[in-house]
Amino acid sequence: MSYQKISNLFRERNLLNAAVLFGLIFLVIILSLSRGSVELSTNEIIRAFLRQGDATNQIILWELRLPRLIASLLVGAALGMSGALLQGMLRNGLASPYLLGISAGSGLVIVLMISMGLWLPWIPFAAWLGAILTTFIVYFLARSGGSISVERLILGGVALSSLFGAIQSMLLLQAEDGRVQAALTWLIGSLNSRGWSEIKLAGPPILLALIMALLLSRQLNLLGLGDELSVGLGNSLFRSRCLIGATATLLAASSVSVGGLIGFVGLIVPHAVRFLFGTDYRLVLPFSGLLGALTLSTADLIARSGSIEFPVGIITSLLGAPIFIALLYQRQRLLTNRR
Amino acid sequence: MTLTTKNFSTGYQNKDVIKSINLTLENVEWLGIIGANGSGKSTFLKGISRILKPSSGAAFLNGQNIHLSSTQSIAKEMSVLPQLQTIDLQMSVYELVCLGRSPHKRWWETDLHEKDLLKVDQSLALTDMTNLKDKPVRALSGGQRQRAFLSLALAQDSKTLLLDEPTTFLDVHYQLQFLDLLKELNKDQKLGIITVIHDVNLAARYCDRIAVLKDGSLISLDSPRKVLTPELMKEAFQVETYQIETPIGLQICTIRPC
Repeated sequence: MSYQKISNLFRERNLLNAAVLFGLIFLVIILSLSRGSVELSTNEIIRAFLRQGDATNQIILWELRLPRLIASLLVGAALGMSGALLQGMLRNGLASPYLLGISAGSGLVIVLMISMGLWLPWIPFAAWLGAILTTFIVYFLARSGGSISVERLILGGVALSSLFGAIQSMLLLQAEDGRVQAALTWLIGSLNSRGWSEIKLAGPPILLALIMALLLSRQLNLLGLGDELSVGLGNSLFRSRCLIGATATLLAASSVSVGGLIGFVGLIVPHAVRFLFGTDYRLVLPFSGLLGALTLSTADLIARSGSIEFPVGIITSLLGAPIFIALLYQRQRLLTNRR
Repeated sequence: MTLTTKNFSTGYQNKDVIKSINLTLENVEWLGIIGANGSGKSTFLKGISRILKPSSGAAFLNGQNIHLSSTQSIAKEMSVLPQLQTIDLQMSVYELVCLGRSPHKRWWETDLHEKDLLKVDQSLALTDMTNLKDKPVRALSGGQRQRAFLSLALAQDSKTLLLDEPTTFLDVHYQLQFLDLLKELNKDQKLGIITVIHDVNLAARYCDRIAVLKDGSLISLDSPRKVLTPELMKEAFQVETYQIETPIGLQICTIRPC
């Protein structure tokens, strides 16, 4: 009986955590819509949202703040869930959404197009395509017989990243300063002046992949038991690795096409979620999405709150790294206390 | 329940470890697989549990080709317990055993129905894990952990169970407790069992038939009394032995390597 009580307690703690998370997201949504060079009160936000009152306020809300907020929530959720999918599938806490060659592929395409000054409006779509094609190559390299080897998947991603990274640096060194600046903004990740057109391009695939990811949670739990048990329980390793990898890639590539290579969110969010909610992927996946959305929207709020605007990627890394280290030590302490 | 292998060969990287094994498991029996280190007994088990593919020949479970049928349809009829002592799981025993219902779910289904949960409760009860069900798996002792994974396999609701050295990391008490539990399932639940087993005396005591492997080939398949003879033991293990009758049946006394 006593075990039953402890497990109930865990459930209550989960509910509390979820409530806090939702509250924080709501708070950030309100703050993001009101803060900026023109401050809007809650009343003004509601009126502008209903397309009433001051015309400038309506434009600020509908054309500037709302799309940017939605972009940050979508990209954050995509990065968080993509990281959770890959860490679960590869059984490796160091896996990030960019591990399977996504940063390499999209980064190279972006730098190539910017340094040559070609087809600039097509960058989001090309970055998306570059990411997906590179992941295809990584998957092809990881195929052995009828299955996909986790080690080869990771090593293939690392090798391609290094190769493409070198080409990327070479191109950057020869590009003009202005173009280097533009390329850097993409490589660091920024949500500056993202509008409805980017959301229309990346929104549908992200939403589709988010739903798909939630359906894969039991397969991730099975993969966590190791290959042999997982097969014994009727899970096809090939199918689940392809489905999970494809979903994670779609999420990460779509988020890159909106905000560029925003670091750290996809790496730390799943860790924080496992710390708060345990290891059951039926909880880890949705909460990674929520916490990712919260993290990125908060970071973007901070990024545009100062006197000069920073790319949001700098904020996520600047704040993410210390939080990650604190989290690691906290967990270490808890584990040693338990023993 | 029948499990048959026909000229079954398998191994790693194009090198056959198992060479053309023919074997049939019929009715509800307990088959033990013994052999010296490197004789290929674990490899054979991995082969028939479809973790390794055959390089030639085939294995059939109730007429279905194990390697060509969908892994899910095989999982409804056969459970596999690999050597697991290294897995460090934070999930609770209950969550683990719930995963045993996976073969009966479509790939996108994440939740269990009433009758799945009933089966989970039965499996926990059969392995005497009910009062430990909310403990994290990582906090269990070796014996409890082995029972938790057995419970997972039982929740699959299959009629055949494959185990790779289930008692290796248990002390004497838990070895006997675990094997007694398997015997009970074998008799009461009509569960066919194949185990790779190191200890010939445990094999003699629990198995209905014993298969002896040497260098990847099957050199004998018969009742313990007929298999564990001094001649065969010498051939399979390079060790001198004699048989002794004890109150618990036939046992093997080892004398010296040869």
